[in-house]
Amino acid sequence: MSIDPNSRPQLAAGVRLGENQGQKVLLMPERALRLSGPSLEIVTRCDGKHTVAQIITELQKLYSKAQPKKVEDDILGYLQLLNDQRALDFVP
Amino acid sequence: MNPTPPNPLALIAELTHRCPLHCVYCSNPTELTARSNELSTQIWFRVFREAAALGVMQLDLTGGEPLTRSDLPSLIESARAANLYVNLITSGLPLDERRLDELVSAGLDHFQLSLQGAREDSANEFSGTKAHAQKLRVLGWLKSRRVAVTLNFVLHRNNLDQLDEMLALAENSSASRVEFAHVQYYGWAFANRDQLLPTREQLMRSIDFFKHAEERLRGKIRIEYVVPDYHAKFPKPCMGGWARKVMLITPRGEALPCHAAAVIPGLQFENVKEKSLREIWESSEAFQKFRGESWMQEPCKSCDRRTQDFGGCRCQAFLLTGDAAATDPVCSLSSQRVKVDAIIAAIPANPIAPPLVKPDWLYRPNPQ
Repeated sequence: MSIDPNSRPQLAAGVRLGENQGQKVLLMPERALRLSGPSLEIVTRCDGKHTVAQIITELQKLYSKAQPKKVEDDILGYLQLLNDQRALDFVP
Repeated sequence: MNPTPPNPLALIAELTHRCPLHCVYCSNPTELTARSNELSTQIWFRVFREAAALGVMQLDLTGGEPLTRSDLPSLIESARAANLYVNLITSGLPLDERRLDELVSAGLDHFQLSLQGAREDSANEFSGTKAHAQKLRVLGWLKSRRVAVTLNFVLHRNNLDQLDEMLALAENSSASRVEFAHVQYYGWAFANRDQLLPTREQLMRSIDFFKHAEERLRGKIRIEYVVPDYHAKFPKPCMGGWARKVMLITPRGEALPCHAAAVIPGLQFENVKEKSLREIWESSEAFQKFRGESWMQEPCKSCDRRTQDFGGCRCQAFLLTGDAAATDPVCSLSSQRVKVDAIIAAIPANPIAPPLVKPDWLYRPNPQ
């Protein structure tokens, strides 16, 4: 399944950010994902307002030393993973 | 001397043993706690705060049936205030729309609804209650509420022919997650085991089904499944290891490393009314008992798998061999594996054909 770059990723119902022992985590049914650096930057932009394309552009600026294509691939891979876990939906 | 254990990640709060259902596979102990001995609201508030301070992220509100507690909305509110993610593990009874809204407003994150099958008659037989219709009503209400929803189908040899229908039910609901949970043999399930255990063939077919469903529904529904390990070659890493990740509090306040631990004789359980959660987690005799490797017998003691499966399940080892420190006899390397083989050999060959005699279920009572 390829991700529409104009869609807006949004955290699913019952999925939210939390904090545990000083670290940001993404909480969902019976599971928690530790977030830091790039993963945290991606998840905080999954607000139903940022498009996938905007998230990619913003992170490419943030991580200007990294290859832009690698940043794009990593973001798409991570969003796909979160979607498979049903932690987010892509709003058209 | 065992090193300080890692922090617990989950707290299972058995709020009560009261329940309007009488499921033939219930994991509650066969000795149920009376209502008058249940922990108060205030004590649960403190337990939630202490759990969060200890590093717990996930709270399971369960029982019996947590909906029988009239203070459930306050418990949810205080758990959220303590920074816990709140999972409600429920049968969906007793509940109406007003009360469901109350629970969601209180901050409930996740509603996990149990289902005994896809067909009303058999579902009601396995729960010993006319519960199925109410569960379908609850599914309808959940479609218009903002909360994560999981459907938990409890599987055994008498309903394994309903997998397609169960999945269809799930796809027609707002569930983002489905758990296909084969019965685990503890508590009332252990008592009814001879009527519940699937054949190896049934089990393998179900696993095939789950794998296909997982693929087909990727991105739509998160499919998870749990299998009974009697047919396995190696045991499950029960609870992620004894007292490594999870703490359970019983309705009367005893702290256990799992829901079945009270079957093991000689274990002293601390009570949250007397000790803090940290004290219990770090130094309770029961929690320390099977931590690390010093308690292991051969073959576990020198087995490469010991850091993977921790020797399997202590409660199961006790239930099947009489020795809680023995290798879980489900393991093919256990000298007592023959006991499990004998149990499997006794499973009727054609389980779905209507039995000549209706199964004589042992139904759990509702404690007063």
